[in-house]
Amino acid sequence: MFDLDRWREIFQSINKNRLRSVMSGFTVAFAILLFTLLFGVANGLGNFFKGAFADDAQNAMFVRVWKTSKPYKGLQTGRRVQLKNKDYDYIADEYENKIQYKSSRIYKNFTIKYKNEASSYSVMAVNPDHQYLEKTIINEGRYLNERDLKAKSKVIVIGRLIKKDLFGEKPALGKRVNVNGSSFLIIGIFSDDGGDNEERKAFIPLSTSQAMYGNNDYISQIALGYNPNLSTDAAIAFGNQMERDLRKKLNIHPDDQSALSVRNMAEANKFVGTVMLALFFIITFIGSGTLIAGIIGISNIMIFVIKERTKEFGIRKALGAKPSSIVGMVVQESVLITTIAGYVGLTIGTYILSLIGNSLEEKYFIKDPSVSSEIVIGATFVLIVSGLIAGYLPAKRAANIKPIEALRAD
Amino acid sequence: MIRIEKLHKSYPIGKDSLHVLKGIDLHIKEGEFVSIMGSSGSGKSTLLNIVGLLDVHDEGNYYLNGQLIKDLNEKKAAILRNKFLGFVFQSFNLISYKTALENVALPLYYKGMARKERLKIAQEYLEKVELGPWANHLPNELSGGQKQRVAIARALVTKPKVVLADEPTGALDSTTTDSVMDLLKDINDEGMTVFVITHEEEVAEQTKRVVRLKDGLIISDELTATGKAKTV
Ligand SMILES: Nc1ncnc2c1ncn2[C@@H]1O[C@H](COP(=O)(O)OP(=O)(O)O)[C@@H](O)[C@H]1O
Ligand SMILES: [Mg+2]
Repeated sequence: MFDLDRWREIFQSINKNRLRSVMSGFTVAFAILLFTLLFGVANGLGNFFKGAFADDAQNAMFVRVWKTSKPYKGLQTGRRVQLKNKDYDYIADEYENKIQYKSSRIYKNFTIKYKNEASSYSVMAVNPDHQYLEKTIINEGRYLNERDLKAKSKVIVIGRLIKKDLFGEKPALGKRVNVNGSSFLIIGIFSDDGGDNEERKAFIPLSTSQAMYGNNDYISQIALGYNPNLSTDAAIAFGNQMERDLRKKLNIHPDDQSALSVRNMAEANKFVGTVMLALFFIITFIGSGTLIAGIIGISNIMIFVIKERTKEFGIRKALGAKPSSIVGMVVQESVLITTIAGYVGLTIGTYILSLIGNSLEEKYFIKDPSVSSEIVIGATFVLIVSGLIAGYLPAKRAANIKPIEALRAD
Repeated sequence: MIRIEKLHKSYPIGKDSLHVLKGIDLHIKEGEFVSIMGSSGSGKSTLLNIVGLLDVHDEGNYYLNGQLIKDLNEKKAAILRNKFLGFVFQSFNLISYKTALENVALPLYYKGMARKERLKIAQEYLEKVELGPWANHLPNELSGGQKQRVAIARALVTKPKVVLADEPTGALDSTTTDSVMDLLKDINDEGMTVFVITHEEEVAEQTKRVVRLKDGLIISDELTATGKAKTV
């Protein structure tokens, strides 16, 4: 299939008619540049939306309680609802199949002290699964484990910024800190993508906290990760069902949002999904519009180019060129120009996107705009096909003009 | 070589049609050197284009090298043109962005010949028309006479059976006209059939047979002095 002579003819024709080639190339390059930028920016918007909920696990659910706002079964409004270990066990047992991760949470505010440095931090007593729910990234050491919980060990995992506050650049792992009057061993140091606040936190075992502070089985919150095999809708249904069950169990009015509620990432996911879908339609619409404009542009230019070359085709035919050879030559030239020009547009586009980077995140909600390789391959394919069509139709017509008419053309 | 029987050709003009060839009978044998004369608009080019398979006739029969030309598609016509025919046009019809050598080599490309070989042969034909040193010049760097000689070299390079020339000297002055006619005579001496249109008596005299057209019909068909001399 590779015909060196044919390529030579094409390169000569492109080279000797540079203005024409550059003109048709420019149209395509411009269309693809716009297409790339558009896709990239839309992608960036999508990334921002996804990122806005990236702090916690994608499948996280939180059971929160507060005061009742509705009287129920003779119980008064304003009653404080308290979650306990048995509620946690009930959920773990009842919904075992629907749950991937589970952890209780107790919120505390403690002064943590090391030598002369001390400050107040939010300390959370949790189960080991909590690491995945909060997307805690361990930098040094380890996270809490089941043995810590069983032994009610006095161990602590501190945020990167606590370490910085108390230890500066010195090592902290394996050191002991004073937490609210008791000595705790630092077993791990973590970071978190959720921002500075998240990195000024510390985690201790749930059991330790319950034994040391109040000696009860109270918990503040239950955090869950629903089974990722559940569809978004199924996960939402699961959240709603759990909410109903717990309200019933804790004697809360079925509609009392204030007393007990389940915050479900599935709902946020659904929202993001809807936004992404809308975004997808907008991109597809505008993107294909740009591409079509590019294709029409190249088609018009090809029609013009072929008209201009009609006489040349007549000469070639008089010398023995078959129509197929003329069509082939034009199509190959058109595909070559569209592919190269498209590639140039794509390269410039991706370069500009990489320059933009995250600089527009604050103001325009565009984060890391980029085009995926599937889009790139897809666009290239569309380009080649459009070059094929743009060249084929007019060339076919030109090649079938009687040579004497073609020769008369000027 | 060329046999034409009761050939008719009309051009549609709007709703009407212009009857240009009104029943031409002509037989040209291999090796002949024939000129067609006639006033402008008498149908000379029309006839030559049909003979050259650049256009199609409406009625009558046309045999090229014994083969009946009928319902020919563009592909078959292209093959026949490449194999049997060489063209020389009044306006040269060289491809402007190709050098003299590349222009001459082009018919060989369509024959499927390898590049090296076709450039070698093209160079030989350029030498033959005394344009060897001009091989790498573009057409717009050549004079009219030179361009026509390039066109003749291009017409000959495939060793066609018939060379068709439509007023090849129409755009040339008298000295270059003579050199072009000398070339055509040489070609004919080598055995090629040459079929040339002209409206200049001096040009026609140098061929061997003159066919005169008027209003789409042949009014005379006779040997010239040179033609008689050769046949006797
Ligand atoms: N494609 C065409 N369409 C319509 N009329 C044409 C066409 N080609 C030639 N003619 C007309 O046919 C007649 C013969 O033309 P032509 O064969 O070119 O004459 P000549 O070569 O003898 O001058 C002229 O009247 C010319 O105007
Ligand atoms: Mg004419």
